[in-house]
Amino acid sequence: MSRLILKNLRRESQIFAHRLIVAVIFMAVLFGFLAYRLADLQIAQHEHFTTRSKENRVKVLPIPPPRGLIFSRDGVLLAENIPVFSLEVVPEQAGNIDELIVKIDSLIGLDNDEIQRFKKEVKRKRKFEKIPIKFKLSEDQIARFSVNQYRFPGVEVATRLVRHYPYGKDFVHMLGYVGRINEKEEKRLDKANYSATTHIGKTGIEKSYEPQLHGQVGYQQVEINAQGRILQVLKREPPLPGHDLYLTIDTKLQSLAAEALGERNGAVVAIDPNTGAVLAMVSYPAYDPNWFVNGISADRYQLLSQSPDRPLFNRALQGQYPPGSTIKPFLAMAGLFFDIRDAHDQTFCPGWFSLPGGTHRYRCWKKAGHGGVDLKRSIVESCDVYYYELANDLGIDRIHDYLKGFGFGKISGVDLSGEAQGLLPSRQWKLKTRETSWYPGETLITGIGQGYMLTTPFQLASATATLSMYGKRVVPRLVGQTEDPATGKSGDLLSELPKEVVKGEEEDWQLVIQAMRDVVLGQRGTARKLGAGAFYEFAGKTGTSQVFGLKQAEEDNMAKEDIPEHLKDHALFIAFAPVKNPVIAVAVVIEHGGSGGRTAGPVARKLLDYYMKNQ
Amino acid sequence: MDRSKNIFFKLHIDFPLLIALLLLCGLGLLVLYSASDQHIDVVIRQATRIGLGLTGMLFIAQIPMRTLLWWAPWLFGLGLLMLVAVIFMGYTGKGAQRWLDLKFIKFQPSEIMKIAVPMMVAWHLNDKPTPPSFRNVMVGLIMIAIPAGLIAEQPDLGTAILIAASGFYVLFLSGLRWRLIIAAGLAVMAVAPLLWYAMKDYQKQRVLTLFDPEKDPLGAGYHIIQSKIAVGSGGLFGKGWLNGTQSQLGFLPERTTDFIFAVFCEEFGFLGVLALIALYTFVILRCLYMAKESQGTFARLVAGSLALTFFTYVFVNMGMVTGQLPVVGVPLPLISYGGTSLVTMLLGFGLIMSAFTHRQLMSG
Repeated sequence: MSRLILKNLRRESQIFAHRLIVAVIFMAVLFGFLAYRLADLQIAQHEHFTTRSKENRVKVLPIPPPRGLIFSRDGVLLAENIPVFSLEVVPEQAGNIDELIVKIDSLIGLDNDEIQRFKKEVKRKRKFEKIPIKFKLSEDQIARFSVNQYRFPGVEVATRLVRHYPYGKDFVHMLGYVGRINEKEEKRLDKANYSATTHIGKTGIEKSYEPQLHGQVGYQQVEINAQGRILQVLKREPPLPGHDLYLTIDTKLQSLAAEALGERNGAVVAIDPNTGAVLAMVSYPAYDPNWFVNGISADRYQLLSQSPDRPLFNRALQGQYPPGSTIKPFLAMAGLFFDIRDAHDQTFCPGWFSLPGGTHRYRCWKKAGHGGVDLKRSIVESCDVYYYELANDLGIDRIHDYLKGFGFGKISGVDLSGEAQGLLPSRQWKLKTRETSWYPGETLITGIGQGYMLTTPFQLASATATLSMYGKRVVPRLVGQTEDPATGKSGDLLSELPKEVVKGEEEDWQLVIQAMRDVVLGQRGTARKLGAGAFYEFAGKTGTSQVFGLKQAEEDNMAKEDIPEHLKDHALFIAFAPVKNPVIAVAVVIEHGGSGGRTAGPVARKLLDYYMKNQ
Repeated sequence: MDRSKNIFFKLHIDFPLLIALLLLCGLGLLVLYSASDQHIDVVIRQATRIGLGLTGMLFIAQIPMRTLLWWAPWLFGLGLLMLVAVIFMGYTGKGAQRWLDLKFIKFQPSEIMKIAVPMMVAWHLNDKPTPPSFRNVMVGLIMIAIPAGLIAEQPDLGTAILIAASGFYVLFLSGLRWRLIIAAGLAVMAVAPLLWYAMKDYQKQRVLTLFDPEKDPLGAGYHIIQSKIAVGSGGLFGKGWLNGTQSQLGFLPERTTDFIFAVFCEEFGFLGVLALIALYTFVILRCLYMAKESQGTFARLVAGSLALTFFTYVFVNMGMVTGQLPVVGVPLPLISYGGTSLVTMLLGFGLIMSAFTHRQLMSG
């Protein structure tokens, strides 16, 4: 037994030793193979993997350029960029949004507006974009969040420059506002230049001067970790800031206009006739553009958009009103230009006018009639019959052709988007849009600025400026100068403006302007009270435009104060000063203001007074 | 050379092996410090486990092989019981049911099997003639298949294969006939397609990812891609300790555990890797030498099998990190962060030391 085991043991250890040798060879082969693979990775492919390792950790990040500032002509800062601490979320990294909102709410508090706005933003955001959930964090809130940062992946406190409009609603209708870039805008924007930009001009100057205001994106090469956190900046190409804009607006005149208009729905526009510079532009009511910068809450937006006063609507540029009697000086010029009338031609006004062979009586505002009226008196006393007959003699097409030169019925080309073009009717227009022929009666009411004709307050001001300049017309502008903050170079936009001319004899212009002077300064002027005490000579024209509906007879039978507010006539007034070498032209429209001379006129006078004294 | 007079030998410690193991563990702590974003508390925790494991190793080394032989079936039985228990009341972690919660400690029964299976097969062959008869080989295979099957069911295919390998090494070292080995190899190749269908989706995914990691660079391929980038960008000399961007900036996943070798490659380069492989090779060769010098079938087979298993771990982990083998949660022995496998590994070295140092001088 013992011998047998001993023999087995020797054989066994021999076999074992052999097997060990086999195992060692086997291991040597495998380790050799491994070493070969490692050499392949670490030596042969070293460069390839070094590149990929670098790609991992080095990212090129765009830096948004600071948006250009907007100043008024007198150097007041109207749109600025202020640093704001906000809490920002990358939804892809933050997990469940509803849970996140609850967690953040319990930590630093969120109000309903913020939650709503955030949810809205998340829905339409771009991929991996940071969405702010709370703005203007207090130091206490920052501290509380920082301590709990580890609980919130994908959420961080960020400083960013946020557009701010220090004067709020005072300038909103010209400045407009910026808002977050939406998907539609993203598609048409330059991807590279806007790669770091979150906001874009949505309306007003912010929109029309977006290319100048935006600037050129910068880049930085950074080292990041796997979570995308920036560890250090390796290289930096700074962004080029957007150009600053200097408006033609005079802030004092602007606030004076707003004050004079008061809480009446309407618009005031003042233009320098020599340069086209817009000196003031007010539309009431207005709204605070700062609400829109970081997304407006649904409730607040509904309130704004559904208000019957339509605060979002820029009346100065988009409001379309029948010009009423303010159109008369322009028609008078047409009559003179086509030699239909001269200064001495008289029209007899019995208080009404009927087309030859017609029975309908088109009435003059003065029931008793003006008697014999020449051109000058037709403007001073605003005789309707004179213009019924003049319009009839001119015909709608000549009216259309001549008034077009003043900018009626078309976009003025002002550097502001959203301009309404108004309506200057013609035979052709009616055939095209209404598919019926033109009726002679329609020409008559066009003669007193009613019927189809519509103008914006902006067009009225611009046309008045043209008239005051004897037909020399400059396309109006809101931005007078741009300045590149990087180089200090500025560009003058006003001197490059295209100029047009409305044809007319010099003595014709003089005649019409003299008549307009007498509207406010003459003994019989419709707005003679307005001219009292003026230390300079100015010219004006009143206008009243019918809202709709009330038949002449009905209106006659009602006491003025019994007419419901929303059916009252719009009050209009145009003016310029001084009569010789004018420096300011103004148009005022007050919705349902009643008489042009009594409500709109004083607003214009205040502007002229201020400007004549201070310019 | 008179080993009996060597003080270490009397204490049942193999000095060269101990030094090599300490070197590996120390190197491991150094890499771990870097891989853990320089968290000294992680290093201290691991050092504590190393201390615990080394103590266990020295303790096991004191137990004579006769006693261990007697333990073998009991240990194996206990392991089997616990594996069954895992099925019924196991604790699920990372999609697989591998843990048994014994209230005071969470425990992976498969760890016991890493030692128990080779011990059991060696126990079985201890008094059998060599080379083992076909019947004895079959009995051995069943002893391997039952625990391996249970572990594969958890599912932990990687560990199952490694445990099966450790049992197979016993059979191989006992002189398993070549024709049987070749036949078994052919059989495995024939069954391999069936194995594919038995695999879970995530397992298939890992195998597929191996062939084309770039197909899903942020998903299944992410581990392999980032790991290869770390290894490759290390180059000949490495980026230097604490300077590996892949690991320090967090691009490398599982960098303290299964992928710690990638951190090593990135920071110490090809030359460092060669040195590490040399150190591992020394440990393996020393263990094989000790196995050869051991007395008794059981001692030799257990020691030899454990040494080869150790090699297998090293190779599979390195193969995985370099993108040669599928990602099968196998740690790099003595270096990866984690307690259980480290302690098991060191206890295994205790067994080898015991086998080597408990020798009676044979007559004749």
